[in-house]
Amino acid sequence: MNKDQFLSEIRKRLSGLPQGDIDERVAFYEEMIDDRMEEGMAEEDAIAGIGSVDSVVDQIMSEIPLTKLVKEKVRPKRKRKAWEIVLLVLGSPVWIPLLIAAAAVVFSIFVVIWAVVVSLYAVDFALAAGAAAGTAAFVMYLKVGNPAGAMFSLGAGAVCAGLSILLFFVCRWIAKAVLRLTGRMLLWMKSLFVGKEA
Amino acid sequence: MDIQLKRGLLDVSVLAAIKNEDSYGYQIIKDMKPYMELSESTLYTILKRLETADMLTVRSVEHEGRLRKYYHITAQGRRRIEEFKEDWKEILSIYRFITREENDLE
Repeated sequence: MNKDQFLSEIRKRLSGLPQGDIDERVAFYEEMIDDRMEEGMAEEDAIAGIGSVDSVVDQIMSEIPLTKLVKEKVRPKRKRKAWEIVLLVLGSPVWIPLLIAAAAVVFSIFVVIWAVVVSLYAVDFALAAGAAAGTAAFVMYLKVGNPAGAMFSLGAGAVCAGLSILLFFVCRWIAKAVLRLTGRMLLWMKSLFVGKEA
Repeated sequence: MDIQLKRGLLDVSVLAAIKNEDSYGYQIIKDMKPYMELSESTLYTILKRLETADMLTVRSVEHEGRLRKYYHITAQGRRRIEEFKEDWKEILSIYRFITREENDLE
């Protein structure tokens, strides 16, 4: 891959981003490649030094905020004609609720996923509380002179304690996985706005 | 390393790279290479952030028939370096406190 191919590939993959941003980025990479070649590096090596197209595009995508992408997509490339504006206004009772519904769906997916995490932690907390209650009941039963009840509460408390410790690590693992997953989802949503128009 | 800490370090390192004379992208990467590996994409982001924060200014200079961007540190950028040095004095004294007992044992 030569320099022009490399840069035009990046340009293509970023289309959908504000044009000024793309131009500035690409000019920056071009300067880097030129400076390396001026030092005597071969074109191929100079490009390899920048990284793969994928890694460059991925990094840019993860840095740019989603709102900026949406705004760029919504802004028309040319001036709207009068009838288009009329249609937009007349159609607003339809498309505004649809837009709100779409945003609500995305938001509720995030909420549902995180609700799982929160409820797991709640179960863990309940188990820990059970362990404390078991221990308290053990003391009470001993005081009133009921050894069978005391043994039962102590056992139940120990089971709760054991489960809550195990579940704590499971919770932490799941929370981390969900964090990664939601990050990935965000990146995927951004990719819907970029690189689709050739 | 903690990501927030690293980001702050990178910002100040780039400012330090242009502290004595104006420099350009590839030169900054070369100057920093012995100390830390810095990718082009990362450098771009840092330069952009510093420019937005008025810590440096950019000008294009013709070089061998093409344009090269030179970065110039502003007074605000210099202040940022000084602030960083002050912060680190404090951090170093805390570090000495944290490792105090280990040293006593040796």
